[in-house]
Amino acid sequence: MFDDEEVLMHDAEKLVEKGIRVKDVYSPFPIHGLDPIIGVKRTRLAIASFMYATAGTSLALLGMWYFMISDWPMNIGGKPSFTLIQNLPAFIPVTFEFSVLCAAHGMAITYLLRNGTLPGMPASNPDPRTTDDKFVMEITTDQNSQFSAEEIENMVRGTEMIELSIKDYE
Amino acid sequence: MQKEAAIREPLILGDKSYKDITDDVVGPIVGPAPRAWKILITLTGIVAFYGVGCILYLIATGIGVWGLNKTVGWAWDITNFVWWVGIGHAGTLISAVLLLFRQKWRMAINRSAEAMTIFAVIMAAIFPGIHMGRIWVSYWVLPLPNQFGSLWVNFNSPLLWDVFAISTYFSVSLVFWYIGLIPDFATIRDRVTKPLPKKIYGILSFGWSGRAKNWTRFEEVSLVLAGIATPLVFSVHSIVSMDFATSVIPGWHTTIFPPYFVSGAVFSGFAMVQTLLLIMRKTMRLENYIHVKHVEYMNIVIIVTGSIVGVAYLTELFISWYSGVEYESYAFINRFSGPYAWSYWIMMTCNVISPQLFWVKKWRRNLLFTFVLSIVVNIGMWFERYVIIVTSLHRDYDPSSWGEFHATSIDIGIFIGTIGIFGTLFLLFARFFPVLALNELKSILKSSGENYKKKQHSDQH
Repeated sequence: MFDDEEVLMHDAEKLVEKGIRVKDVYSPFPIHGLDPIIGVKRTRLAIASFMYATAGTSLALLGMWYFMISDWPMNIGGKPSFTLIQNLPAFIPVTFEFSVLCAAHGMAITYLLRNGTLPGMPASNPDPRTTDDKFVMEITTDQNSQFSAEEIENMVRGTEMIELSIKDYE
Repeated sequence: MQKEAAIREPLILGDKSYKDITDDVVGPIVGPAPRAWKILITLTGIVAFYGVGCILYLIATGIGVWGLNKTVGWAWDITNFVWWVGIGHAGTLISAVLLLFRQKWRMAINRSAEAMTIFAVIMAAIFPGIHMGRIWVSYWVLPLPNQFGSLWVNFNSPLLWDVFAISTYFSVSLVFWYIGLIPDFATIRDRVTKPLPKKIYGILSFGWSGRAKNWTRFEEVSLVLAGIATPLVFSVHSIVSMDFATSVIPGWHTTIFPPYFVSGAVFSGFAMVQTLLLIMRKTMRLENYIHVKHVEYMNIVIIVTGSIVGVAYLTELFISWYSGVEYESYAFINRFSGPYAWSYWIMMTCNVISPQLFWVKKWRRNLLFTFVLSIVVNIGMWFERYVIIVTSLHRDYDPSSWGEFHATSIDIGIFIGTIGIFGTLFLLFARFFPVLALNELKSILKSSGENYKKKQHSDQH
């Protein structure tokens, strides 16, 4: 456990250089520049969002084509209603709104599912102080099998951390 | 780490650590309710109760209880609708547009501004709903298969675009707001000790744990949502303006409406943010986070948008003469000299002259002056919509059907009532929700906190 994000980042860098794999970092706010050090890949959520938007655009156009052109064409103030292209200018606002709706909601739902954060899920941060002002680096022995537990402990004790808790799982 | 120029004013005053930020925001939620809050919520609750009563009476009796008549078919209802939607624009503008521009001062105010947006849009949505007269068939605005044909809704109509725009705007703002709230709910969850609140905040926080990967995703989602919310803000009020601009009523039928409405919306929205935040920072002791510099930045936005609105008024006036269309000219001459000239001049004074006072640096950094002026702007923006709607309608092409609009007690009751409901919702938010974006404030503490800036400055010498 650390009490400053810059110290943690610096020490994570040193540990990674020695060959340690950091499993995860728990922090109260995003730490910029940490991801490449501990090997977190860039998220693909933006691509997902673009796909949802495209789906929204297509669905909106398909819907309006069916309602206004194919199923029940109406003459409203003499506005062109024979083909989708002719009538398209009037359909732009709804197409745009619907694309945004699909992109935003699709991405938000994907984000929550991928994070595993859903209503009523139990919290998994190891210490309640990590949502306040402390930062926790998690290192597991099975990810670092080339070192013994004592070696890891010694390396971690060499950092500027403020607390160390060793837990035995399984 | 990011560094910031030493001459920039710090955004977080006092000697704050990460823990102090948590304490200052979570403390009031955990502790007992302050007296001022109890008094305020009682007041707004009574007003809200009266408003709900008026709405129920209206639904039970019919919209004849409003002062509408054959000539003036839209009046306070649509005025209130546009006014509330306009107010709603500041929240998304602050959180989305300012995020894209990397403006750090937004972080202290975005949470409450977004809450304001959501509550304002709910208030706005009440008006078209009850204006339908038969609210129980309001689902007819959706393209649902039905027994009439199927007869579909008309996608050529701006009124239908509005249905899509407002509902998209509301739900996307809600999602944006909630995504930002999840980590802060987790902070509260880990701080409260009583079992029931802990359980509730636990559910609200969705089991957030603050892993590195979660934060990466969090930042990506915030950025993309901001990116798509930005055109959304502009589109929503443009579409609201098209309700008027695509009609053939002189005074409405103008292409200037979309940009003019959008800047008017931002103008009134920022004024409402000022009104609410100046009260909130005092009662919740947030003076170190929302201070004179934030108020000054918002006042600068008010000058800019207020000036755009002013230019739009004058352009409109000029074009009505320059167009040579006598109906158009008459609509505008009637506006500033007819039976509703008083409302036109209130609008001009409040919206064109008053924001220009903020050019004086001393005044725009004066909190009391800002508070008074923000209310003046809100009144002015309400009258803007009233002028556009009522004065354009009350004298149409046929002089035999000219008439006037007189508000009834139900008109007034519902409008005041929505202010009460809005106030109640906002007070509940201020009591139980983290009013500042904790995680964002902590991430700027080192670059924009007063103590860190001083330290950095002394290290250099």
